[in-house]
Amino acid sequence: MAEQKTIFAKLKRGLFMTHTEIIEKVKESLTPDLPLDQSAIDGLEEGLLGADVGAELTALLVARIEKRVRDERVTSMERFTQVLREETRALVPQREASTIDITRAKPFVILVVGVNGTGKTTTIAKLAARWKNEGYNVILGAADTFRAAAIEQLQMWADRVGVPIVKHKAGSDPGAVAHDTVTAAKARNADVVLIDTAGRLHNKSYLMDELSKVRRVIEKELPGAPHETLLVLDGTTGQNGVNQAAGFLEAAKVTGMIVTKLDGTAKGGVILSIMRQFDIPVKFIGVGESADDLIPFEPNAYVDTLFE
Amino acid sequence: MFDNLQDKMDRVFKTLRGEASLNEWHIDNALKEIRIALLEADVHFKTVKDFTARVRERAVGLDVLTAFSPAQQVTKIVRDELQALLGGNEVGLALVGSPAVVMMAGLQGSGKTTTSGKLALHLKNRGRRPFLVPCDVYRPAAIDQLRIVANNVKVPFYEIGDLRDPIQIARNALQEARTLLHDTVILDTAGRLHVDEELMQELTTIKNDTRPSEILFVADAMTGQDAVKSAREFDERLGITGIVLTKLDGDARGGAALSIKSVVNRPIKLVGVGEKYTDLDVFHPDRMASRILGMGDVLSLIEKVEADVDRKEAERLAQRVSKDKFTLEDLRSQLQQVKKMGPMSQIVNMLPGVAGKVKDEDIDENAIVRMQAILDSMTKKEREYPQILNGHRKKRIAKGSGTSVQEINRLLKQYLQMKKMMKTFSKGFGARKFGKMMKGLPPEFLQ
Ligand SMILES: Nc1nc2c(ncn2[C@@H]2O[C@H](COP(=O)(O)OP(=O)(O)OP(=O)(O)O)[C@@H](O)[C@H]2O)c(=O)[nH]1
Ligand SMILES: [Mg+2]
Repeated sequence: MAEQKTIFAKLKRGLFMTHTEIIEKVKESLTPDLPLDQSAIDGLEEGLLGADVGAELTALLVARIEKRVRDERVTSMERFTQVLREETRALVPQREASTIDITRAKPFVILVVGVNGTGKTTTIAKLAARWKNEGYNVILGAADTFRAAAIEQLQMWADRVGVPIVKHKAGSDPGAVAHDTVTAAKARNADVVLIDTAGRLHNKSYLMDELSKVRRVIEKELPGAPHETLLVLDGTTGQNGVNQAAGFLEAAKVTGMIVTKLDGTAKGGVILSIMRQFDIPVKFIGVGESADDLIPFEPNAYVDTLFE
Repeated sequence: MFDNLQDKMDRVFKTLRGEASLNEWHIDNALKEIRIALLEADVHFKTVKDFTARVRERAVGLDVLTAFSPAQQVTKIVRDELQALLGGNEVGLALVGSPAVVMMAGLQGSGKTTTSGKLALHLKNRGRRPFLVPCDVYRPAAIDQLRIVANNVKVPFYEIGDLRDPIQIARNALQEARTLLHDTVILDTAGRLHVDEELMQELTTIKNDTRPSEILFVADAMTGQDAVKSAREFDERLGITGIVLTKLDGDARGGAALSIKSVVNRPIKLVGVGEKYTDLDVFHPDRMASRILGMGDVLSLIEKVEADVDRKEAERLAQRVSKDKFTLEDLRSQLQQVKKMGPMSQIVNMLPGVAGKVKDEDIDENAIVRMQAILDSMTKKEREYPQILNGHRKKRIAKGSGTSVQEINRLLKQYLQMKKMMKTFSKGFGARKFGKMMKGLPPEFLQ
């Protein structure tokens, strides 16, 4: 119960910052003597744009909402908000929370990828803590051999969370680390393997090739693995998030996303476009820097809080 | 692309009929296009609003009867205004005090530590004696990271020993710098959210203690609309003296630069353009303006496609691809486009991941000619509905084009592959990403 409560508090803290503004904007733009469909729309548009929903999707949403508000003669804010939520949900393919079922395979191998500084390493620590607390044997692989002290960083998290780590020297081959991690996981009968990779920009082909190679090494060592490839997206990212998703999807066959840093004021609206265009589900969101600052993503709750 | 914007402007102004100056209607439409371009580049919506208002002012009443077309004129206004907003000439770092203190601040993951290292190297190469000081005691191994960076760029590093308080670290490091005669102290602070009261207070204290002559706000070029809020908050708390924009080697249009600039109104002093320590550049407002408008910094292939391919045709194709209606008829017209662009080897070598790997002799320019021949020998109906191609028809086509049934089958296979690939690329992108679509041309397609 206590745990339930803190999670709720975090969600509130996290998404509290994330929501309210769109509706605020709408209310600001209301003019008493104009019908809702005329006065609310400007505010709505700015609200959506400000949430990083993007020009294209915003235009689409606004047009649909405007039409419904007019056709259905919506006059109350309550009803308006409801239409907003319905239309937004209708545009996003992900309906249910998409969890990661780590019992699907043993060991269950997860490769974590993303551009520089999005929160990959921290997210790995959070996931490790989560599954360790549920009684699973977790093992980490330090395949970011490039960034200064990346291995030390993961090592410190491994110590904190209390899980083993496989690592090589700085500058060594990330494929070899991934390989050894999977081998060690099999030998130790581990349940979950989390492999950290160096941050890389999706438009650098040689770095993306390296990632494909790491993937292949894992696949070869354990057919069917990696069972999940998670793209960690910084929640403050704008429309470039779409390019990131496209790039990593192509090179690393991303199967899910984790959106971090939603404990600030960013709203992460670009994930709506990403989910729409690529059908990659968001699995978790990061709402802080501690090991327990990770919340399963609920699409409906996200849309609701956007328009609270 | 800039051409794109200018083309859009061209379309907007096409309906001008004999007026002597631009009217409201034309300007409104032009501004709509400009607005979308800026929003797609992540410029903050309020900044966009102010910006378009300014462009409007300058565009109203513009002379139509000059040597330049209205489209050219408006495009130029947009660029000039953008460039002016982004900053005039290069602004150097103000390094005063002995030692001069440079404080790096910003959100988590924006690139402060790497930039500290790059800056240290940059200053060292200009004859200064920098000293790198780790003030991030929170993120695991952040101190190790700066130590390694310092070691790599061969700049002295402040060992904190038992200290765990960033404020104390900064104070002591300053003392030590004086003793060791370092003339520049670079404080690498922990990333933090602007809403984190406690940590923001910590920065204020460090600032008051060390009186930095530069407080650089390090921001990720990929940042979206939130850039405005974080920049404003950091500025209000600290009084930023300059901005460093990182990860410009990515493909983000970087509209955040404009948003940040417009709220903080301090120069963008440096930009990060890669992961090497030498990848630090001075800021070029003209380049940034082009980039935000999507005009520069794009793959040269895209530029080439933009330049050589008939725009209307390209848009029509992209439309069909996104509606999953790409047929052999479209393939045929695409091949004609490709041929217009020049030798295949040149084009292919511009593809990411292929660059330099394909030699001239690997590419059979004839293959394209043969494909063209096959497609020419088909009836229009066959090109529109490839599924009707049975053995009988294939034999006829082979004969007509001087090729073989195998070759026709290979072409069909490649067509299906290409269609699939293009679909993935174009999904939701529309005509905008036609360049990407060309990228989808599989290399084996050319052999
Ligand atoms: N506020 C907040 N900070 C986060 C969150 N997730 C990660 N961070 C912080 O973001 C910074 C970068 O996180 P890392 O985990 O090192 O990111 P990374 O993607 O591994 O970075 P590279 O390996 O350098 O590419 C650290 O300071 C983290 O504490 C989050 O959900 N909220
Ligand atoms: Mg990392």
